[in-house]
Amino acid sequence: MGSTRKEPVIALAGNPNTGKSTLFNALTGLRQHTGNWPGKTVLQTKGSYIYKGRKYTLVDLPGTYSLLANSLEEQVARDFICFGGPDATIVVVDATCLERNLNLALQITEITAKVVVCVNLIDEARRKKLKIDREKLSCLLGVPVVTTAARGGEGLPQLLNLVDQVVKGEIRPQPRLVQYDPEVETAVAKLVPQVKAVLGDLVNARWLSLRLLEGDLTLIEAVEKLTGKNKHVPCGWC
Amino acid sequence: MAGLKPLKAIPNGAFAYVTKVNTAGLTRRRLLDLGLVPGTRVEVVRRSPMGDPIAVKIRGAIIALRAEESGLVMVRE
Ligand SMILES: Nc1nc2c(ncn2[C@@H]2O[C@H](COP(=O)(O)OP(=O)(O)OP(=O)(O)O)[C@@H](O)[C@H]2O)c(=O)[nH]1
Ligand SMILES: [Mg+2]
Repeated sequence: MGSTRKEPVIALAGNPNTGKSTLFNALTGLRQHTGNWPGKTVLQTKGSYIYKGRKYTLVDLPGTYSLLANSLEEQVARDFICFGGPDATIVVVDATCLERNLNLALQITEITAKVVVCVNLIDEARRKKLKIDREKLSCLLGVPVVTTAARGGEGLPQLLNLVDQVVKGEIRPQPRLVQYDPEVETAVAKLVPQVKAVLGDLVNARWLSLRLLEGDLTLIEAVEKLTGKNKHVPCGWC
Repeated sequence: MAGLKPLKAIPNGAFAYVTKVNTAGLTRRRLLDLGLVPGTRVEVVRRSPMGDPIAVKIRGAIIALRAEESGLVMVRE
């Protein structure tokens, strides 16, 4: 799918203050330019880097604690990950407070499997005598994990290599998904085929079904945008 | 239960533990996403001059909560 596109697009997501922009700048060097819409905060920054002779576009998303679109920033991040079709998403987490950061990582792996978790600020963690068991974390999440210190460049070659492998499909992450209460799972099972019938492979049907059950109206708008708002499906009443 | 109060009643510099989030739907989800799940230690770091919002340390991050949010979170000291 996306991997045949000439220039793979990589999303950078994570909680606020985890070093996304530092990572972005380290990877893109002077090639970055900012993209903001007049009258709004800077919401996305795009840049590019070259790895193994191939150009990658990197999109720095706003820092958020959640992807449930409680704010404009969350909506931007969610819409990009969900509908922007990134070829991979790097979830930057803070090594010194993993617990807080993993909530977002789980929410993102519910949307897409093409994830690399980047445990940043590993130098800070070391200073605080925290030890990160990278392999165990990777095993628990079901996605590749790399430890980095974006300020200083540690771990960046490994990160780029993992991203490249995920984009090419050489690594196929299998996220461990949250199983909800039977009530919820039964409802999801009913919704999924209907969502698939309308949207096909455009979005992750399980994830969208869960959000629809929550009554997330912003998502319905986003889906309408995606499918062309006025596309009228003959309904038999008209 | 004795000692149960809303997070907004906790004085600056004091900490408490979340016992309950008294709301439903997306507001509840938002508070949970900020890390306010039962058992979590929360510390009120400071208050704005009018007392609203308050800055609360939750699982390693300092987060500003408006009174209408911090009033929904029940804590025990
Ligand atoms: N010690 C250390 N500091 C880092 C590292 N990466 C980033 N920082 C610092 O962490 C702070 C936040 O970094 P940013 O890159 O602005 O974080 P961000 O994720 O873009 O933040 P938001 O855009 O607000 O979400 C800055 O002071 C960085 O210099 C790292 O690996 N080690
Ligand atoms: Mg940033």
